[in-house]
Amino acid sequence: MDTTEIERDSMEFDVVIVGAGPSGLAAACRLMQLAKDNSQELTVCLVEKGSEVGAHTLSGAVIESRAIEELFPNWKEMGAPLNVPVKRDELYLLRSETSSVKIPNALIPATMHNEGNYVVSLGNVCRWLAEQAEGLGVEVFPGFPASQLLFNEDGSVAGIITGDMGVGVDGEPKDSFTPGMELRAKYTIFAEGCRGHLGKQLYSKFQLDAEADAQHYGIGIKELWDIDPSKHEEGLVIHGSGWPLSGGTSGGFFLYHSENNQAVVGLIVDLSYSNPYVSPFDEFQRMKHNPLISQYLEGGKRIAYGARAITKGGFNALPKMHFPGGLLVGCNAGTLNFAKIKGTHTAMKSGMLAAEEIFAAIQSGDTGGKDLTGYTERFQNSWVYEELQASRNFGPALHKFGSLMGGAFNFIDQNIFGGKLPITLRDQKPDYAQMRPASEFTPIDYPKPDGKLSFDKLSSVFLSNTNHEEDQPCHLKLKDPSIPISKNLPMYAEPAQRYCPAGVYEVLGEGADARFQINAQNCVHCKTCDIKDPSQNITWVTPEGGGGPNYPNM
Amino acid sequence: MSNLVIAEHDNQNLKASTLNTITAASKIGGDIHVLVVGSNCQAVAQAAAAVAGVTKVHVADNEAYAHQLAENTAQLVAALAPAYSHLLAPATPAGKNLMPRVAALLDVNQLTDIMAVVSPDTFKRPIYAGNAIATVQSSDKIKVMSVRITAFDAAGAGGSAAIEAVNEVFTADKTKFIGEEVAKSDRPELTSAKIVVSGGRGVGSADNFKIIYTLADKLGAAVGASRAAVDAGFVPNDMQVGQTGKVVAPQLYIAVGISGAIQHLAGMKDSKVIVAINKDPEAPIFQVADYGLVADLFTAVPEMTGKL
Amino acid sequence: MKILVAVKRVIDYSVKVRVKADNSNVDLTNVKMSLNPFCEIAVEEALRLREAGKATEIVVVSIGPKAAQDQIRTALAMGADRGIFIDVGDTELNSLSIAKLLAKVVQDEQPGLVLLGKQAIDSDNNQTGQMLAALCNYPQATFASKVLIEGDSTTVTREIDGGLQTLQLTLPAVVTADLRLNEPRYVKLPDIMKAKKKPLAVTSPAEMGVNVANTITLVRVDAPAERSAGIKVESIDALIDALKNKAKVI
Repeated sequence: MDTTEIERDSMEFDVVIVGAGPSGLAAACRLMQLAKDNSQELTVCLVEKGSEVGAHTLSGAVIESRAIEELFPNWKEMGAPLNVPVKRDELYLLRSETSSVKIPNALIPATMHNEGNYVVSLGNVCRWLAEQAEGLGVEVFPGFPASQLLFNEDGSVAGIITGDMGVGVDGEPKDSFTPGMELRAKYTIFAEGCRGHLGKQLYSKFQLDAEADAQHYGIGIKELWDIDPSKHEEGLVIHGSGWPLSGGTSGGFFLYHSENNQAVVGLIVDLSYSNPYVSPFDEFQRMKHNPLISQYLEGGKRIAYGARAITKGGFNALPKMHFPGGLLVGCNAGTLNFAKIKGTHTAMKSGMLAAEEIFAAIQSGDTGGKDLTGYTERFQNSWVYEELQASRNFGPALHKFGSLMGGAFNFIDQNIFGGKLPITLRDQKPDYAQMRPASEFTPIDYPKPDGKLSFDKLSSVFLSNTNHEEDQPCHLKLKDPSIPISKNLPMYAEPAQRYCPAGVYEVLGEGADARFQINAQNCVHCKTCDIKDPSQNITWVTPEGGGGPNYPNM
Repeated sequence: MSNLVIAEHDNQNLKASTLNTITAASKIGGDIHVLVVGSNCQAVAQAAAAVAGVTKVHVADNEAYAHQLAENTAQLVAALAPAYSHLLAPATPAGKNLMPRVAALLDVNQLTDIMAVVSPDTFKRPIYAGNAIATVQSSDKIKVMSVRITAFDAAGAGGSAAIEAVNEVFTADKTKFIGEEVAKSDRPELTSAKIVVSGGRGVGSADNFKIIYTLADKLGAAVGASRAAVDAGFVPNDMQVGQTGKVVAPQLYIAVGISGAIQHLAGMKDSKVIVAINKDPEAPIFQVADYGLVADLFTAVPEMTGKL
Repeated sequence: MKILVAVKRVIDYSVKVRVKADNSNVDLTNVKMSLNPFCEIAVEEALRLREAGKATEIVVVSIGPKAAQDQIRTALAMGADRGIFIDVGDTELNSLSIAKLLAKVVQDEQPGLVLLGKQAIDSDNNQTGQMLAALCNYPQATFASKVLIEGDSTTVTREIDGGLQTLQLTLPAVVTADLRLNEPRYVKLPDIMKAKKKPLAVTSPAEMGVNVANTITLVRVDAPAERSAGIKVESIDALIDALKNKAKVI
């Protein structure tokens, strides 16, 4: 079926927003607030690929309330689900399977302190924000992925096309076929989160990253646990790094005690690792056996699992965030502050700034399609920019000098110079290019999961509630279907089998019978394959609407 | 206490599901009577009378009951109900069609799919497709329920109950029976089959699935598959058993070359007896199988077919 | 002819339920809720009957907490004409009470056909349609896989053990939908917007004068017993022997 020849219905809005995460929802709310304050009629439509708002949202999360406070000064009275203030904040270095050392408070980079922050479920924060947005008059449509960009004749972005529904695995329309719709807007805000698939096209079309350093990513794997009430300490926040990551593979873990005797535990592995045998999933599973973690989890029950890539290149990797007809916000641009390991407040703020820029344009009679360069100015004059700039060396230092020396650099940079050390460290090599041939390494022998603290991949994916209509085209596109077996397998032992946290990719058979199997239904939409495939051969596109994980409160 | 079991039958043969239901009644305690509603169904009544534990069989034998329509059968059951504390029927499409209608006529609630009798007023039943088990207590004077047949053994033979005719005739004036057709396929339908043979990725190819079909036909079984086998293109998607496929609970489930990922187990774990044939002794399927055979399926399956 | 469709808000079919730590029920906090799949099929069938010229109006009714109005809106977005919401708060009513409330709606609305799903995927009761039919003294056809309407009757093909049965019911009648009746359509975005403006009446058991009291109480909820590993047999002979003589399943 040729999708360009389908006749589509079209709807027009002032603003279309792609993605109901913190940045998209903050933008939506801010737009309507401004419209109300200025008694201006404004139509805002927000589309979200998850089956409901929050279904695809996964984050630690400890968040700063700064942006929420700006958006809704009386957020507490309004019932925003920021219920658990951080009470205690600890940082550890894991040294082995059995030992860890606590980093004295005085040695912790200032950005890593969490007093005044809140342990939240970001999914629930988004659900709350969506309620506010709807209350303000935003049309919120979960279950509708923005699958294609829509351009005006002059090349400016005119909006998006929602995904076609009811296309069979063979690409042909089924009886239930319902073509996607054109959603046209004066301005479109892309808030897809890390490695948005339309964002990726925009980067390339408008060369948004031409002057930026290579973007860097991590994969965050997270579990939600019901833990023994006697071990639960609401508001306790633990971060750390070290074991089991080694050999140049970096990352860090978190363990937060949230409400209702629940705790979340997770590991972020930087996708700049070079050993193709590394399996972030298995690293995370074995990490939980360290007594620092297991002391809380033992006797508990794992109730949810999920994974998501994060954009962590920070200041140096920030692209141009405006282009004719649209703006890029939040993690789709890369506004996360890695020194704080926080991106919610900066993402929300970037969305609010986008809303202000677009509203000002529309209010002045702009009919759309312009390149809103003023967004850069707003961004540069905001606290987000200041914050990101101050943290610019944090990630590169860790990449360059390793966790220990890099950590020391960061301590000096962040605590003594407040991020104003007059050096900028750069890290130009994209993550996928870091992968080194398998022949340089020996396979990692990960321990078998014990079924109590650690689990296998498929029973984990089961707890993500992920689901995709079976009879639809595979949403993980291979540019060249032969590469996994002809190149990636001999060269890198096909690392997709290991970097995918959902068991989507398998190599079946051996030698001449080897075959690359894509279990697309397992996909949790983390985007790691799109980022890390050493051949850059995998393109993640949106599956049929509503597909993907159904996270309850991740 | 006294129980009335509504027999399931086709006017000629008493269906086995009735025997399981009689066992459920025996767990409640008290007399067990069986009601046979049909037309020319005396043979069924005699079969019911011979079931161990049954003390009386009511038989309503009339042309009006030939197709056991819910409308008039429910009226008849409701008319007999006041003499009983418990009314039971198998939780089959027929029993499920009838019992709620009976309950509403009696102004009581109904319990569907009971799988255990805790006490005469408290029962266990699956909810959320068997992903949780509810213990429920009924305060209704007459407890009307359908019984999950795989949860109770079949009652044995050895009874010699008296057979009494019920002469009340109700008619279903607004319902006309047009016809019935037994499924055309030689193989039973996956979700209602008593035996299911499923193949997994270990079967290796669409061609190799032939040995699964051959075994299934020998057993009169339906054929299922794991998602891996579907994804690999061996069989069409409508054969998939599992979380995203069909949920089955046959008397016997034979998993051939299936590793037993949790997604598959979700679709078959309520089977009464699970058999696993797999060459990998570590396969998770063995952790849920009642009988496991570590063997190469390409020799084991034909051997089994041959010896049955 | 008017068609009344009863729909229920339930946990989404793709979400795994989890029993609460105190065994009081399953935990539905923050889980995705949806229109019960069988109810969705019932709505779709009503729409198809209307499109075939057999019905003129489709009324959707739901009984539940306030949020159940979302599911009525979904049905309206699919194409139903108006909704009736019976607010019972967070109380989970037994099927008989639900059927009594629906019977009152039937009495008020006088539909020619009442369509329901065969069961809700939460309680798995499979009762409401049959009870409603009894209370209204309507004929019933459960587990429908095909529904035809001709004149003042409906011909329904039903899924029964091992095959299909066809019944002809004099209207008004109650029909409950099985999985293979149809494949529901995808909701279109503009229709979701239109659905927000369709009429939705709100009422309650008290306003309707229907007494709703539960006679079945939930004592506790447990996770299903995990199966344990059985025995390994050494040969096909041993396996066949076990299945024949011990398990007695072949």
